[in-house]
Amino acid sequence: MTALGDRKKERIDALAEAGSLSSDEGVSLWQSAWRRLRRDPVFLVGLAIITVFVIIAAIAPWIAPHDPSARLLIGQVSPATPIPPPQEGFPLGGDNAGRDTLSRLIVGSRQTLIVGVMATLGGLVGGMTLGTIAGGIGGWADSLVMRIVDVMLSIPSLLMAFSIAALFARPSQWTVIAAIAIIQVPIFARLLRGSMISQRHSDHVLAARALGVKPAAIVFRHMLPNSLGPVIVQGTLVLAVSIIDAAALSFLGLGSQDDSVPEWGQMLGRAQVFFNSYPEVAVYPAVCIIVVALGFTLMGESLREALDPKSRR
Amino acid sequence: MLRFIVRRMLQAVLALFVLSVLLFAWLRSLPGGVVSALLGERGTPESQAALRAALGLDQPLPVQYWRFLQRAVQGDFGISNGVYRGQPALDVFTERFPATVELAIFAMVLALVFALPLGYLAARRRGGAFDTGSIVFSLVGVAVPVFFLAYVLKYIFAVQLGWLPPSGRQDVTINATHITNFYVLDGLLTREWDAAWDAFKHLILPAIALSSIPFAIIFRITRAAVIDVMDEDYVRTARAKGLRRQTIRLRHVMRNALIPVVTIIGLQIGALLAGAVLTEKVFAFTGIGQALALGFELRDYPVLQVLIMMAALIYIVVNLIVDVTYAIIDPRVRT
Repeated sequence: MTALGDRKKERIDALAEAGSLSSDEGVSLWQSAWRRLRRDPVFLVGLAIITVFVIIAAIAPWIAPHDPSARLLIGQVSPATPIPPPQEGFPLGGDNAGRDTLSRLIVGSRQTLIVGVMATLGGLVGGMTLGTIAGGIGGWADSLVMRIVDVMLSIPSLLMAFSIAALFARPSQWTVIAAIAIIQVPIFARLLRGSMISQRHSDHVLAARALGVKPAAIVFRHMLPNSLGPVIVQGTLVLAVSIIDAAALSFLGLGSQDDSVPEWGQMLGRAQVFFNSYPEVAVYPAVCIIVVALGFTLMGESLREALDPKSRR
Repeated sequence: MLRFIVRRMLQAVLALFVLSVLLFAWLRSLPGGVVSALLGERGTPESQAALRAALGLDQPLPVQYWRFLQRAVQGDFGISNGVYRGQPALDVFTERFPATVELAIFAMVLALVFALPLGYLAARRRGGAFDTGSIVFSLVGVAVPVFFLAYVLKYIFAVQLGWLPPSGRQDVTINATHITNFYVLDGLLTREWDAAWDAFKHLILPAIALSSIPFAIIFRITRAAVIDVMDEDYVRTARAKGLRRQTIRLRHVMRNALIPVVTIIGLQIGALLAGAVLTEKVFAFTGIGQALALGFELRDYPVLQVLIMMAALIYIVVNLIVDVTYAIIDPRVRT
């Protein structure tokens, strides 16, 4: 009986959503998306993972049992046993420099979050600038920007990230961020341009133009805010990709060489030497990366579905 | 149709031209510059100036670019200064390219063999346990770094269980003749079954690792495409006509669902090349991916340059072929 009642409620909700959609698109698009997301287990799981991750990153120095760069277990490191085993006070053991693995994982969440967020923001700012120029001005500016974007897209992106990172003689966290941000620029640019162009002939833009609103105001106040849906979805997915790609750069020796600031990708990259004898050294940071990347992917995928007009039928 | 092909080819040439300019700029912005890379610490100001003149670095930029282009077109990308010291950079590419192609083809076949039926089944049982399970599986698959998966596979199946070889393309004790440098094919051609089987065993683990991302993406594209096509009017019409289920599935649903899949295969070539860099390094598989990884480590710029240029060329050509194939299947895209 209850299941039947629920289904009815759902149908009414769906009707209400469809009604509100036709009355005022801008607001209710997000409202209806949120209504779907609130009930979507995929989104909730992703949100839970990311919330825990952000909280850990925020309070990392206070919950880490030891100083992540203190070589507390150095006495146990020898050529015969390069990795100190788990012991009292060090539940995950240490690394080959005698530092506490658990503390490095906890504090490393910060740097991983910084890499992901900064790379995504960099790609977003670059891509939105290009996309707004192309979609907003149109004409020759559009052709010029899109040719550049097409060439950037015609190179395999991870290969391009490797090449950009290889440019720097002394790689650091910032070269990793720059390399990953640059490969995202053309994707964001194309995405934004596409959704802006599809609005050029929409009713609200035509109405604004008829009312004599200045072109710049139309672009920034009407077209841009309404084009952000797909950009936000892509941004969430890029957060996941950039954390994984940062690990790939570290693996190739193109990541940060600064050991005093732990980062998961760097820890995973450094662990490759020990993989066949001490796989756990790689497994700990890898599991952290996989879980967090999965969290961002789940959120991005459910956001995409919620904002996709096709699935809203 | 001809106009479409010509226009797409012109676009490809333009992309390659811009890429060559970028590569040229890259070469010139090398940390320390080419001159100090070649002379090292020993260079005196006089010898540096002499080398700069000999290399034509004192000429205006457009002249330098023209010379670079002339040499590159003739296959002269300089001499390796890394692991392959003394070898022309282009040779590093041509020697190792068949290995990567062999690996990439094998990985792509693996991805298709599993992703197409799974995607179809998931779409048919949309919302069910099988559908949900395979979506979660493919999402986790994308979140796992490729090189970590490669290490895990190597650790379990080569180091612990010893079922498959941990590295290389062929056992060193096998003295096989190589005609094409595709080792499995070579073994079949020369009827050296042991050599072919051994080369095949060396391919399995790297190919599984490399196929993880294309598998996940092709699976999801197939699933979405089948769902879309099943809702189409022509499928409903076919059903109403009373056609046999088998006919509807193959002729109407799968055939039309394959169009987006074909496009994505072309795009995945780039991902395969990037994935090969990581996978080949883990398995010491001597393809261009391993050469690229070593090139990054040792900053072997001539080798990096030729490999990246060739990778981009392959990627652009494959996408050109995909676009043309697509235009043949679906005339609507020929605008």
